[in-house]
Amino acid sequence: MIDPAKPRNDAVGDAERTCSPALLEMIGITKCYPAVVANDGIDLQVRPGEIHAILGENGAGKSTLMKLIFGVATPDGGEIRWKGQPVSMENPATARSLGIGMVFQHFSLFETVSITENISLTVPGTLQDLSGRIRRMSEEFGLPINPDALVHNLSVGERQRVEIIRCLLQEPELLILDEPTSVLPLPYVRQLFATLRRLAERGIAILYISHKLEEIREICHRATILRQGRVRGTVDPARTSASELARMMIGREIPHARHKRASRSGRVHLRVADLSYNDPDPHSVDLKQISFEVRAGEVFGIAGVSGNGQFALARLLSGEETLPAEESGRIVLFDKPIGSMGAEDRRARGLAFVPEERIGRGAVPDLSLSQNVLLTGHRKGMVRRGFIRRRQRDRFAERCIDEMDVRCAGHRAPATSLSGGNLQKFIVGRELLLEPTTFVVSQPTWGIDVGAAALVRQRLVDLRDAGNAIVVISEELEELFEISDRMAVMYEGRMSVPVATTSVRPEQVGQMMIGHFDAAAPRQTA
Amino acid sequence: MDAFVFVFGGAFMTATPLLLAALGELTVEKSGVLNLSVEGMMALAAAIAFMATYNTGSHLLGFAAGAVSAMILSVVFATLVLFFMANQVAAGLATGILGLGLSALLARSYEAFTLAPLSKLDVPLLSDIPILGPILFHQDLVVYLTIGIGVGLIAFFYRTRAGLILRVVGENPHIAHSLGFSVMKIRFRAILFGGFMAGLAGAYASTVLTPVWSQGMIVGRGWIAVALVVFGTWRPLRVMMGAYFFGAALLGELAVQSGGIAISSQLMTCMPYVLTIIVLAVVSRDAVRIKLNAPVSLGENYRPIG
Repeated sequence: MIDPAKPRNDAVGDAERTCSPALLEMIGITKCYPAVVANDGIDLQVRPGEIHAILGENGAGKSTLMKLIFGVATPDGGEIRWKGQPVSMENPATARSLGIGMVFQHFSLFETVSITENISLTVPGTLQDLSGRIRRMSEEFGLPINPDALVHNLSVGERQRVEIIRCLLQEPELLILDEPTSVLPLPYVRQLFATLRRLAERGIAILYISHKLEEIREICHRATILRQGRVRGTVDPARTSASELARMMIGREIPHARHKRASRSGRVHLRVADLSYNDPDPHSVDLKQISFEVRAGEVFGIAGVSGNGQFALARLLSGEETLPAEESGRIVLFDKPIGSMGAEDRRARGLAFVPEERIGRGAVPDLSLSQNVLLTGHRKGMVRRGFIRRRQRDRFAERCIDEMDVRCAGHRAPATSLSGGNLQKFIVGRELLLEPTTFVVSQPTWGIDVGAAALVRQRLVDLRDAGNAIVVISEELEELFEISDRMAVMYEGRMSVPVATTSVRPEQVGQMMIGHFDAAAPRQTA
Repeated sequence: MDAFVFVFGGAFMTATPLLLAALGELTVEKSGVLNLSVEGMMALAAAIAFMATYNTGSHLLGFAAGAVSAMILSVVFATLVLFFMANQVAAGLATGILGLGLSALLARSYEAFTLAPLSKLDVPLLSDIPILGPILFHQDLVVYLTIGIGVGLIAFFYRTRAGLILRVVGENPHIAHSLGFSVMKIRFRAILFGGFMAGLAGAYASTVLTPVWSQGMIVGRGWIAVALVVFGTWRPLRVMMGAYFFGAALLGELAVQSGGIAISSQLMTCMPYVLTIIVLAVVSRDAVRIKLNAPVSLGENYRPIG
C-alpha cells in the first residue's frame, strides 16, 4: 500500500510546469506581529498544476503566510501577484472570488445538518441541484460521500472530503490545504493523495502545508522550506533526502533517540491476559482475547490504524473503563489484579497514562497549567489535609514547562492558550514527572513538530532506561521502530503476537496493519 | 358524549396559549438562546391585552397591544444577553420578574372585570359532522391560526435557507460567524419572534380563554411552555402534540372530578403534569435524535471577536 518510490503521475509534464507563468507570486512579503516577525521577506511562486509544499516547524510562519494569501490578514510589506497582476487580498471573499480555496485544519462543518445543507450555506443553488453537483464531484475526484448524510455520522476522513468538495464547487485555481493529514488515518491519506494528484492533472495548483517529510517527498513537485519566518530554500523534494529537508527545516540534524537495546530480563510490570471487551458504542470494534506483557526496562509498541480497538484498550489500561470484579485478573500490575480498579487506584500503584485527546481528557481547557498539574500530580506533595499547597503545585508546573521546553505564558496560562504540540509536551511531561513505574502513552507525538517529537521520544527512552515499563500506542510506524523494543499490531480488535522490533521490517508490519498477522512469521523473504 | 367533546374540543383552546408561547420559545432556543422570561412576557401581555380590549372592545387591538408589550420586554432581554453578554438564565429570570410585576401594577384597577368572549367559527358543512365536527371545526380563529403558525414553523426550520441558518447558529455560533453570518442579528430576530409569540399567548389567555381579569392569571403557563420545548426535544411537531395532550389532560381531570369519582383532588390536579412528562419522555427517549435536535450552544453567549 505504501509505495513512495512510485513515480508521480504527471499529466502536466515537468517541462510544462516549470515553464508556465506563475499563478501566484509573492515578492518580499513581510508580516510583523508585536514582538515577532512572522514572515520576513518571503518569496514564493506557485504554478498551475503543481503541488507545492510549504514545509516548516510549528511557529516557522506557515500559517501566517497562508493567512496572507487567503486574505485573513494583510501583509506589512511586499507584493502579492495573481496571474501577473498585483492584487491586495482584503478578506477571504476577495481571495475566493479570485479563485483561491482553502481547507483549514479545523473543519467548519455543522454536525446536525446534512452535507448538502452544510455546503448550501456557502455555495449558491437549490439543495437538489447542489446534491447532484456534490455527487458528480465526489465521483470525479474519488471523494466518496453521500450528500444526504448528516455530518455527525462522518469520520474525520469523510469530513475532510466534504471540506474539499465545498472548495472545489467554487472552482478554484489554487487550493490551500493546511496540515491535511494531521488528523487522517493512513488509508484516508492514500485516498487524499490520489485525489490531489487528479486535481493537479486538471491544472489546479495546490499549496500543501505540512511538516511531514515523507509525505512531502511522495506527493509534492516542489517544496519551499520556512524557518523562523524566512525562506530557507525551494527544492524538488523527491530529489532531496529526508534528512536534508529536515536540516533545512530545523537548522540542524534531527536528533534520534539514543537507544541501547533493552535487556528484557526485568520483572513483569504489566500483564494483560485473554482480555475481551464488548464496546457499548456500536461504531467501535470489540476487543478479542488480547494478551501481552511488559517488563521492567522495555518499551512495548502497539501499532495499527486508529479505530482497531486501541481506544478501548487504552481506556481499559488506564482505568477509565473497568472490568467486572470476576475478570479483574485479566489486567495485572505487579502481580496484583487491577482490571476492576478505577484510574485513581491504578495511579496510586505507579501507573501513569497519557490519552490521545489533549483537550478534555488529558487537560481541562479552561484551567491553568498549574491547576491541570494538580489533577494527576496531587500525590506529589501538593495537597496537605485536603488543602492545596500552591507553592509545590506551581513549582511542579514550572519544572514541567522547563524540562519539556513548553512555549507558554507561564504556569498560570490556561491550557487552551497553548498550541496543540505544546500542550502535548506539557501533558507528557506532567506524567513523566510523576515518575511512573508503568507508563501507558497513546499517540505521544501526535501533531507535534519534529524537534519536539524527538524530545518526547528521548524522555520515554530515558524513563525506560531507568528501569520502568512503557506501553506506546501509536499510528506512526517510524516512531515505534525508533523507540520500542517489542511491538504488536492491532487489527479489528485482535492483537498480533508480539515480536522483537529488530526482527521485523516496516513493510511486514504494514501488512499486519491490514490484517495479515502472519506477515511477520519467521519465514525468509529474500 | 358531551364530556368527550368538552375534553377533546376544549383541549384546543386550553392548548393554544401554551402552544403559542412554546413555539416562540422553541425558535429562540433553536438559535441557541435560553429565554426564561416567557412567564413574565405572557403576564405583561395578558394585562395589556385585557386593558386594550376592555377599553376599545376590539380583540384584534388587544392581541396587537399584547404582542407589542411582550416584544418590548424581549428587547430588554436581548439587550442584556446579546449586547452586555449577561448570563442568559439570570437575565431571563430578571426580565420575567419585571414582567410579572408590571402586569400586577398596570391592571390593578381591572380586577374581576370581564370581556365579551371571542366568537367561535363554524366551518361550513364540516362542523355538522357528529363528534368530530364540534371537536375540530367549531373553534375560534386564533386556534386555527396557531396550528397554522406551527405548520409554518416546521416548513421554516426544515425547508428554508433562513431556517437552516437559524439552526446552525444554534449549533455552533463560532463556525456560523466564520462563514459570514451575523450571529447577533439572527439571535436578536429569534428573541423578538419569541416575544411576539409569548405576547399572543398572554393575550389569548386573558381575552379569550378566561376573559376575566385576575392578577397572576397566567399561573405557570409560561413555565409549562418552556418545559414543553425541552420534553418535546426541540421538535415542533412533538411540542404541538405535547401542548394538545396537556390541554386534554387538564380538561379530562376536570371532567373526572365533576363526574364525582372519589380520588384525592390534589392527586388529580397534578395528573396532567405527570402524564404529559411521562408521555413526552417516553415518546422522545431516543438519545441520538435528542442530540441531533437539541441546540448545542443553548445558553452560551457568543462574543464575535476575541
